Amino acid sequence: MANSVIYAMYDDDQTLLKAAKELVGKGIKVKDCYSPFPVHGIDPVIGVTRTRLGIVSFMFGLGGLSLAMLGTWYFMIHDWPMNIGGKPNFAYHLNMPAFVPILFEFTVFCAAHGMALTYLIRNKTLPGMPAVNPDPRTTDNRFVLEIDSHDNQGMTTDALLEAIKGTEVFELNHKKY
Amino acid sequence: MEFSISNRARIISLLMIGVGVISLVVSYIYQDSDRFWANLLINGLFFTFISLGAMFFISLQYATEAAWSVMVRRIYEAVTRFLPFGIGVLTLVFLASTFHMNHLYHWMDESATHEYVIASTLDSAHPEYLNELVDGAIENVKYDYIIAGKTAYLNVPFFWIRTLVYFAVFLFFMNFFRKQSLREDQEGGTAINTKSYKRGAVFLIFFAVFSSTLAWDWIMSIDTHWFSTMFGWYTFSGMWVTAMIVSLITVLYLKSKGLLPTVNDSHIHDMGKWMFATSFLWTYLWFSQFMLIWYSNIPEEVTYFQQRFETYALPMFIMVFINFALPMVILMARDAKRNVRLLITIGTIIFFGHWFDVYLMVIPGVVFDDWQGLELTEIGMMIGFLGGFILVTLKALASARLVPEKSPYLEESIQHQI
Repeated sequence: MANSVIYAMYDDDQTLLKAAKELVGKGIKVKDCYSPFPVHGIDPVIGVTRTRLGIVSFMFGLGGLSLAMLGTWYFMIHDWPMNIGGKPNFAYHLNMPAFVPILFEFTVFCAAHGMALTYLIRNKTLPGMPAVNPDPRTTDNRFVLEIDSHDNQGMTTDALLEAIKGTEVFELNHKKY
Repeated sequence: MEFSISNRARIISLLMIGVGVISLVVSYIYQDSDRFWANLLINGLFFTFISLGAMFFISLQYATEAAWSVMVRRIYEAVTRFLPFGIGVLTLVFLASTFHMNHLYHWMDESATHEYVIASTLDSAHPEYLNELVDGAIENVKYDYIIAGKTAYLNVPFFWIRTLVYFAVFLFFMNFFRKQSLREDQEGGTAINTKSYKRGAVFLIFFAVFSSTLAWDWIMSIDTHWFSTMFGWYTFSGMWVTAMIVSLITVLYLKSKGLLPTVNDSHIHDMGKWMFATSFLWTYLWFSQFMLIWYSNIPEEVTYFQQRFETYALPMFIMVFINFALPMVILMARDAKRNVRLLITIGTIIFFGHWFDVYLMVIPGVVFDDWQGLELTEIGMMIGFLGGFILVTLKALASARLVPEKSPYLEESIQHQI
């Protein structure tokens, strides 16, 4: 049997939240939600797990810190000891305070850029990538719930549509794939 | 929703005050008098700073019309109530300095700032110092031209004018915010909040100037020869972080008593974030001050850290490391900021860490290299002040409703979710 995907459009974030709660209450699995801005409280309702972006950011930060330490040690101490203002330049730990600003900056740089790039790649929203949202209006003032019949094997498409019609849906589309 | 002080809390804080009083007396009798007064100053400053930090935070919340913190505003208000007591202690110390009962402030010594002395009075108890060469005057060997060059700012009358202006402004705004907040409980409406919003902005302007100048006057002038343009901010960040720690621990204490049921995880999380972020701010400023002085290595600047390196190096670096690394590593994760036990543990440790920070601002300029470590009486005095602070704060909490129930922002605060 061909699967179909249903797009239920709402015209308000609170209506969408209410509808999502109702549908989940009936045992329907909501696959995703498209909205022009973050809808508070939708994540636990449709079962979005907590983001691991923080961990990624921490790793990138740690990587940046290590890289910056390696760099300052190699350029300033090991390869060619730099005499700047008569500061001790033959041991890393003695000259460390001078390197703290760059260590800090590079840590922040790597954490921020790494996090942003990871986010864009993971969401497939790098510049130039094809848009995945089902309807351009979700970038303006409409909110869409995406329900895949593949996730809801216990119900037929018609039953799903019937259940969705019970909510305050603004527009309803479905297509087979 | 009323809070009353439990007998246990009352007895413990009274016991702590008892320990403090005993230490005070022992220290006054047996210890070097400068060190006694220095400790009074340290504790007076530290606990006044907590109240000031809380007051700054209240006015910041008013001025930015922040809604989330309305739920816990009474806790910040209670923390500010120690201010009159702190001011009393500071006044006592400053009076003693003015009348030369201690020598905390080198610049208050007349012999340092006058070029000449009347020869016949030199051996008396009060030699006559003056700045022009008259008959019978000889050159004053104790004359210190660096300190003398600062007398335009560092002189006793101007010091007292500044100090009294700070005290007056702080007390006025403390009473204003509290009174308005309590009046709101009776009358409701938005007019009172609007008024506090305006006054909050006004206080921030005052505080922006005073937080720096009071640090110069009360602390930086102990090391009279030395100066640092970052000192005001560094002191201010210290008071901010301790105020955040204290208010967070107070909220957690009240919650453990089953009070404040509408304070949810998100409020705790936000307060934890404040503790985390201001710890960073403090470290940033401490290190910036240190690094600039270390790097430029100019004699008149580097004396401050040289002295601390020679005698206080190990405890100082442990203090900086703990105040920085502990909140940084442990409180970084989201779950840690919602973990009550972790917050209390870290908060308590860095609370004492910041007390030691204030200690290290004052003590090296008083006892110099004659320092073997913290003395029992010093710890005892700190415990006594802490007991007094706890008692005053709990009394203030018990004297009003724990939640400003008619605040226009209350509903938004209840709904706070992050």
